[in-house]
Amino acid sequence: MGTNRISNNRRKFFKASAALIGGTFAISIMKPLGLMAQTDSDDNTNEKDKFPLWGMGVDIEKCVGCGKCAEACKIENDVPKEPFYFRTWIEQYTVKNDGEVKIESPNGGIGGLNQSVPDEDIFKSFMVPKLCNHCTNAPCVQACPVGATYISPEGVVLVDDSYCIGCSYCIQACPYGARFMNPVTKAADKCTFCYHRISEGLQPACVEVCPTDARIFGDLRDKKSDLVKFLQENPTEILKPHLNTKSRVFYNGLSSEVR
Amino acid sequence: MEEHFQHLYQALSQVDGYIYPNEIDLHWGLMIVLYPYITGLVAGAFILASLERVFHVKVLKPTYGLALLTALAFLVVATMPLVSHLQHPLRSYEIFMTPNPTSAMAIFGFVYLWYLMAVLLLEIWFDYRRDFVIWSKTSKGFKKLFYQLITLGINDTDEKSAKLDDRLGYFITVIGIPSAFLLHGYVGFIFGSIKANPWWSTVLMPIIFLFSAMVSGVALVMLIYMVVSWIRKVDIDMKCLDTIARYLLFILIIDFTLESLDQIHRIYEAEESFDIISVLVSGKLNITLLVMQVALGTIIPLIVLGLFQFYKPSEKVRKFFYFLIGGMVLVGIFFMRWNVVIGGQLFSKSLSGFTSFKTVYSGMEGSVMAAVWLILPLFILAFLLWLMPPWKKISYNE
Repeated sequence: MGTNRISNNRRKFFKASAALIGGTFAISIMKPLGLMAQTDSDDNTNEKDKFPLWGMGVDIEKCVGCGKCAEACKIENDVPKEPFYFRTWIEQYTVKNDGEVKIESPNGGIGGLNQSVPDEDIFKSFMVPKLCNHCTNAPCVQACPVGATYISPEGVVLVDDSYCIGCSYCIQACPYGARFMNPVTKAADKCTFCYHRISEGLQPACVEVCPTDARIFGDLRDKKSDLVKFLQENPTEILKPHLNTKSRVFYNGLSSEVR
Repeated sequence: MEEHFQHLYQALSQVDGYIYPNEIDLHWGLMIVLYPYITGLVAGAFILASLERVFHVKVLKPTYGLALLTALAFLVVATMPLVSHLQHPLRSYEIFMTPNPTSAMAIFGFVYLWYLMAVLLLEIWFDYRRDFVIWSKTSKGFKKLFYQLITLGINDTDEKSAKLDDRLGYFITVIGIPSAFLLHGYVGFIFGSIKANPWWSTVLMPIIFLFSAMVSGVALVMLIYMVVSWIRKVDIDMKCLDTIARYLLFILIIDFTLESLDQIHRIYEAEESFDIISVLVSGKLNITLLVMQVALGTIIPLIVLGLFQFYKPSEKVRKFFYFLIGGMVLVGIFFMRWNVVIGGQLFSKSLSGFTSFKTVYSGMEGSVMAAVWLILPLFILAFLLWLMPPWKKISYNE
């Protein structure tokens, strides 16, 4: 019945188009499938256990807002000096007697934070260092259209700046404002826990320079690490837990004003 | 780069309250406003065309071909603002080569391609194939060459082949309707799925985008039909125009209801983000949202089109108002996109302050470029109408 309804040259045309479309589709589907296969082998728990699982503790009670961490980070990681690009910064919270909350972070706290509210008006004041939270369920990794941002086997969220297309979708997806568009590389940029340093057994630059040990870096899998000890001894909290990002930066002494 | 820094220093001096230090720069500007706007025009125009084809609203016949070509002209341009806003536009092909399966943006690339290649181009081709064959015999030069090539060697012009074209075209339109829904619903999902941003993150976002897309697409085709008729110096089919206006009214009612529902829900639930969002709406967005989008783009068109259902003034008056209302609706939907895209970035995710946005004239993200992307589709449409005028088609069933 086909020959009655469809003439021969038309049949040929349909065949050729089907082959062309099918071929293109097959090729485009191969690559993502390959990636998925890779992820499967990564999910093998034994394989992952070989790696440390990096995290950070932040002790708000110890932070004095000197800004050395934010400064060291910029120097260590070649972050542009302009005050619009930060891998880490310190926020100064001041709750006034009338209940008003003032938050400040001039130049990310670099150069030290000074109190602008008169003493008699202050109910309480504290410093909150911020950085990428290296979420287990990272919204930025979920959003990246090309897979240029990913979670390393050690749980560090990284960006491949030679692959990033610069769409900024990850920046929109990050609830913590931890990402920025690097004007030099024109790729998304963020805290890497100083991946180049920790891979060599060193501490991240911000941890290294902190004069009060307000930042504690370590392996969450190592039960003897300082970080695990910090988590055991203090009631810690993560930022924006309602978003279910399961972040790996833990705060001690987090006040409800902090977002 | 220095210019960009200067721009940012200026924005820094205008920060209101506290924002995270990385939030001073708005990463999505005018180009990303245009992207859902243009995609919406495509989806809306296509759905209007489908009404005639699939639901047999015969009175819309004069706009069928026009709506399809309008959709094509805008679809071709739809990705341009997207690609031009990328920091690394030359890497954009990676979205197709190594798409991240969990990314809404990556999947959009495929939805777009599917819609362009499998739906719109095929539907237009099946609709025009017989005419291409006939035109290739009567025309000369470039047109003849184009018609010959585009028939892809299928030169049957008999009744049977025309019927087959029609049947396949119908089949594609049936697939096309959910595809058009998918195309624009997906654009809404790109925003609606960002849980970090309370202004975007609503389950209604895809469906609001869809209905606002239909509103804008129908208004655009209505305007283009009027303008093309004037240029061709032919009478406007008032029955057709009245029907389009009635559909515009219905869709506008649904769209307005959905958007109101979204806002009422926000106000009633008054979650953590409510305070900052109410300041956003009454402050930074008061002109673009309350005046441009709601009053100009929605309420006035609703009143005028609603009134016309009960009281019909003379054709001349109706034409004037349809033209005016069409334009107002298009402006209103543009600002709806603006309020979503720009509005969503004006307040900090710390929910404690605002940054500011200033449009620039020059550069890839400037308003001159935006105007280019909006006017270019009209030139493409003019070219398409010259190349394959729907009014010169020889319809076999008429």
